Amino acid sequence: MAVASQPLRILIGKVGLDGHDRGVKLIARALRDAGMEVIYTGLHQTPEQIVNTAIQEDVDAIGLSILSGAHRTLFRRVLELLKEQDAEDIALFGGGIIPDEDVPTLTAAGVKALFRPGAPMEEIVTFVKGLKPQG
Amino acid sequence: MSPAGPHLFMRDIEGMATLAEQVKSGNVRAVSRLITLLENHRDNRQALHLLNGTSRGATVIGVTGYPGAGKSTVVNRLVSCYRRQGLKVGVLAVDISSPVTGGALLGDRIRMQEHALDHGVYIRSMATRGYHGGLAQATGDAALVLETAGYEVILIETIGVGQNEIDIVDLAHVVVAVVAPGLGDEVQAMKAGLLEVAHIVVVNKGDLSGADNTLRDLREWCPNVLRTVATTGEGISELAAAILAHRPSSGVSSVSEVRNR
Ligand code: B12
Ligand SMILES: Nc1nc2c(ncn2[C@@H]2O[C@H](COP(=O)(O)OP(=O)(O)OP(=O)(O)O)[C@@H](O)[C@H]2O)c(=O)[nH]1
Ligand SMILES: [Mg+2]
Repeated sequence: MAVASQPLRILIGKVGLDGHDRGVKLIARALRDAGMEVIYTGLHQTPEQIVNTAIQEDVDAIGLSILSGAHRTLFRRVLELLKEQDAEDIALFGGGIIPDEDVPTLTAAGVKALFRPGAPMEEIVTFVKGLKPQG
Repeated sequence: MSPAGPHLFMRDIEGMATLAEQVKSGNVRAVSRLITLLENHRDNRQALHLLNGTSRGATVIGVTGYPGAGKSTVVNRLVSCYRRQGLKVGVLAVDISSPVTGGALLGDRIRMQEHALDHGVYIRSMATRGYHGGLAQATGDAALVLETAGYEVILIETIGVGQNEIDIVDLAHVVVAVVAPGLGDEVQAMKAGLLEVAHIVVVNKGDLSGADNTLRDLREWCPNVLRTVATTGEGISELAAAILAHRPSSGVSSVSEVRNR
């Protein structure tokens, strides 16, 4: 029996000096419970570590959690590195404390979606599932 | 789109040949993509024929043992140790998939992220996807890919196990079983399984009380027992030396030879 199984592989992590990890753990668990393979990197990662890890793990997407206020620099840096490494097929999304005015700027720069406090988990799971057409 | 880019399938024979060439030259993206293809569909194993003739005789080290005993932390330290010797190191870290949802939380590499920027280290997390035996079905294939790509030491961390999940014995040259103090009954149970097949037994968390008792108990029972404190690195160079002493340096067998024996 040759069964093809292709679960989504998602890297979930935290960048910079941000120690708020409640949200990111909830997200990691929710995606696992939705049948995905979640690679959790833990806290205090640099954008370089995130991108190298994403490539070694061959993930479909990277989800970053940022509550420190450094989201503008950090999301952009990750996008830059993905481009440098010819890995723009890896989608970038995220969440955390991100002011309204920064959302359109970051999505225009290439971040696929941003989820803030109160975002329903169902919506997040549906979004991630939609990143890769199954079949 | 680059050959190692997305949407590559086995029917794309030419693409697969290019991918194999890239793996042989050590291209990380190609290594990653080929492991995914091997994980996702058994038919893609045909690609392994394209890798043949390039075996370089990597040393495969299995690290197994009870959940939470410190396997990942030990592996992290061993990586540093072999890197200081100038060896390229590959790590395959296996975690269990949920039998209900198929999902998995792959957290072994949290302990290994200090190596994420080292181009001489490749770390890959694998989920069991319903496969029994302590490894993923494609772990052996992935080891072969890493060997072909030039990784000289391949460390394989099994899922947290105690007794019967011992597929690692067929894949690794050296099997290290990690236990921690305070696992009285579990250690007794492991004597009739994992500890019996391990070449080296490590009592990790040697800083905790009870370590002496565990060491004494196990030493009565098997010859090769070492104490480590993986969080500080204590005892790791002795472990690395014991591993290399166990691995015969002449008549090197490759990943594929070991698997066919
Ligand atoms: C709890 C908390 C802490 C705890 C953290 C405990 C822990 N281990 O996480 C403690 C007390 C340690 C703490 C410390 C600090 N905190 Co604090 N903290 C909070 C607080 C009250 C709640 C955060 C939380 O856990 N929410 C619950 C989780 C479930 O929600 P969440 O993380 O937001 O995640 C949700 C979404 O954002 C989204 N999401 C988040 N990440 C991701 C990732 C992905 C991929 C996706 C899809 C979605 C997603 O989905 C989640 C579920 O809905 C917030 C205020 C607030 N109301 O948000 C301040 C807050 C985040 N903290 C703040 C600050 C300033 C600090 C400190 C610097 C305070 C200080 N001066 O010491 C320190 C810094 C610590 C550090 N090393 O980073 C500020 C940040 C300001 C900013 N960004 O501009 C906030 C906003 C408070 C404020 N209004 O000023 N904090
Ligand atoms: N005190 C002490 N703690 C340790 C030591 N080694 C590891 N730990 C801690 O033990 C916990 C588990 O370590 P891991 O390396 O993740 O253990 P593991 O066997 O890989 O765990 P699983 O993969 O989940 O089965 C972590 O909190 C480590 O920091 C040690 O030598 N001493
Ligand atoms: Mg582990």
